[in-house]
Amino acid sequence: MALTGMDIFKQLPKTNCGQCGIPTCLAFAMKLAAGGASLEQCPSVSEEAKALLSEASAPPMRGVTIGEGDYALKIGEELVMYRHEKTFFNPPGYALLIEDTDDPAAVDSKLQSLKDTVYERVGQTLRANLVAVKNTSGDAGKFADMVKKVASAIEYPLVLMAEPAAIEAAFVSADIKKPLLYAATAANVDAMAEIAKKYGAPLAVKPASLDELGDLTTKLDGMGLKDLVIDMGTRTLKETFQNLIFTRRAALKKKMRPFGYPTITFPAEETADDMMETVHAAVYTIKYGGVMVLKDLSPEKAYALFVLRQNVYTDPQRPMQVDQGFYPINGANEESPILITTNFSLTYFIVSSEIEGSKMPVWLGIVDTDGLSTLTAWAAGKFVPERIAAFITKSDILDKVKHKTVVIPGYVAQISGELEEELQGWKIVVGPREAADIPSFLKSFQPVMA
Amino acid sequence: MAFQAPTESYNGKIREIKLGSAAQVAVGGENTLPFYTFEGSVPNGPKIAMEVFDTEPLGWADELKSVLGDVWGDPVAWAKKCESEFGADIICLQLAGTDPNGANRSVGDAVATVKAVLDAVSIPVIVYGSGNVDKDSEVLKAVAEATQGKNVVLGPAVEDNYKSIAAAAMGFGAKVAGETPIDVNMAKQLNILMSNLGIAVDNLLIDPSTGALGYGLEYCFSVNERIKLAALTQNDNMLQSPTISNLGKEVWKAKEAKISQEEAPQWGDQRKRGIIWETLTAVSVMLAGADLLIMRHPESVKLIKQTIAEFGI
Repeated sequence: MALTGMDIFKQLPKTNCGQCGIPTCLAFAMKLAAGGASLEQCPSVSEEAKALLSEASAPPMRGVTIGEGDYALKIGEELVMYRHEKTFFNPPGYALLIEDTDDPAAVDSKLQSLKDTVYERVGQTLRANLVAVKNTSGDAGKFADMVKKVASAIEYPLVLMAEPAAIEAAFVSADIKKPLLYAATAANVDAMAEIAKKYGAPLAVKPASLDELGDLTTKLDGMGLKDLVIDMGTRTLKETFQNLIFTRRAALKKKMRPFGYPTITFPAEETADDMMETVHAAVYTIKYGGVMVLKDLSPEKAYALFVLRQNVYTDPQRPMQVDQGFYPINGANEESPILITTNFSLTYFIVSSEIEGSKMPVWLGIVDTDGLSTLTAWAAGKFVPERIAAFITKSDILDKVKHKTVVIPGYVAQISGELEEELQGWKIVVGPREAADIPSFLKSFQPVMA
Repeated sequence: MAFQAPTESYNGKIREIKLGSAAQVAVGGENTLPFYTFEGSVPNGPKIAMEVFDTEPLGWADELKSVLGDVWGDPVAWAKKCESEFGADIICLQLAGTDPNGANRSVGDAVATVKAVLDAVSIPVIVYGSGNVDKDSEVLKAVAEATQGKNVVLGPAVEDNYKSIAAAAMGFGAKVAGETPIDVNMAKQLNILMSNLGIAVDNLLIDPSTGALGYGLEYCFSVNERIKLAALTQNDNMLQSPTISNLGKEVWKAKEAKISQEEAPQWGDQRKRGIIWETLTAVSVMLAGADLLIMRHPESVKLIKQTIAEFGI
């Protein structure tokens, strides 16, 4: 159970020494309970109290990191059931499934394609996260060879899907850092736990039922293995969906520790249809999946999943923002019109996609308005003449065009006069109010060259 | 360790509304969150309305042309194909051609198209205007009158024209979809205003606006989810209308759905890309709570129907 400020206060030294940076122990306790401070800040808390409190103040769902370094994937540590309540924190990972019976040349090309399937969108890099290698052959040597091949071809962390002996063989043959070991079952839990401990790797558990799940995770926790990932074992959309909801609720709302771990799902094993596999992964992206293992991450599927994940894991309180600057569209040149708008990502996407659709070359100027849309930004004083003028004057746009005409959104027509005063020598043109009307506007608009 | 399933219960229910006259289709009726069949009942599941346009579409993706091009100049043939071949539950006739800034078809022409489509199919029909506030008000009034007894859905009724559309619907026994811009309170407010005019709440649907994948989907998702939570957990009567998502037209505007493979090789197979873009948008809105999805591509429709079936509905 989560502790209240008073529960925590009882465990503190109550000296009000202030060394934690907060004047009183009570205030510090309240801050701890709200998650705004760390127990480490108190220099004189007793060891017992520390153990008690850190156990109780741990997040209801553990965060688990797979891999090391730049390509590590952290999942879990979620705090809410619905994104609007706060936000979803750690975006889930997509894993490409490779079997050790796959044709080696096909594996090479699949991995190359996975490495190339990387996109930039609203300042974020979108890509897959893991490669799952499965010991389909049942031969430990074959598995170890395939793991070695994959590990040398791609830096993404691995999921090792095999029995303990084959996993041990893979560790011996290849240098792999903190792969996710898949999976501890009632039958192999001791051997699997030993390997996970030896290599400091996170471990997936696969119980025969949700009843058995708590036994497995409790046992592993008792052995000191805390970095666990749950596979509920179901392989239909309906059951997996239900169990993802149940485990998330058990962890967050019932505070049941044995269920407080991120999950792994297998769209690859739930359907033979490539499109339905993408759909299953999309459902789990939205509802509580931690890792989704897929057979097919071709660009048209991967990109859609990546954008979905980005949408779902956007912080509802912090609108996505585009970097301030001038963006050339459709091969903008020195005679192309300049249009400006705000850096709210949605505004940017809609405006830029309309311009792209028009096939007319344009310089799109994005003013930093802290992610607010046109009218809101204007009302908040962030899309106002001084700010727009400063943006234009400080930019190098005059090195790129040979005219001094700027088009502003129709919704802020009222600032055109003042902007003209701020921007001496420039002509301000009021454009359409709606982005949808930009193409027809562009057809009949041409700036006058200097 | 026995696992106690942490199920929850809800004190509200989405109204079940029957659309159409010949072969009626019920939407809504669930007393739990989308597909949460383990703790409530979902009698109908999301229904799919397939789009039919009154005039030949311009600038649509090649992929759409390859599957719809043979019928898209003829709304009657298009609607029949949706019913008999594509498995649509409902037809959504989009009267885009009535837009004064476009083909500016007359009220009479629009009514003739609506009647012809209604005569050609037995599944329910939704009639959506072009989105031009004044023209929609005029067109939808005439459509209501001409389709008396057919139990059509008229939309979108917005802040500036809901009075005339709701009045016509009331007079001639149609249903109304009220559209508001991605905001829970505005959706509720429009339903209150329309019921204040005297139209029964059983005749109202909520269209809370749709953002496609990558184009505001996250806002649309949370608004749909919050509407369903308010309807189910707070028993908010005015938010218990079934919800519509007019997603086809948003999805197929996105460059990700229509740009050619030559122009964007990094985005992969062009045909599948558009279908997936529409399918994932539809998956998202139905997981957020939409009861009625307006869709365009038959393959996307098939995938969504398959998904609903896999949920056991």
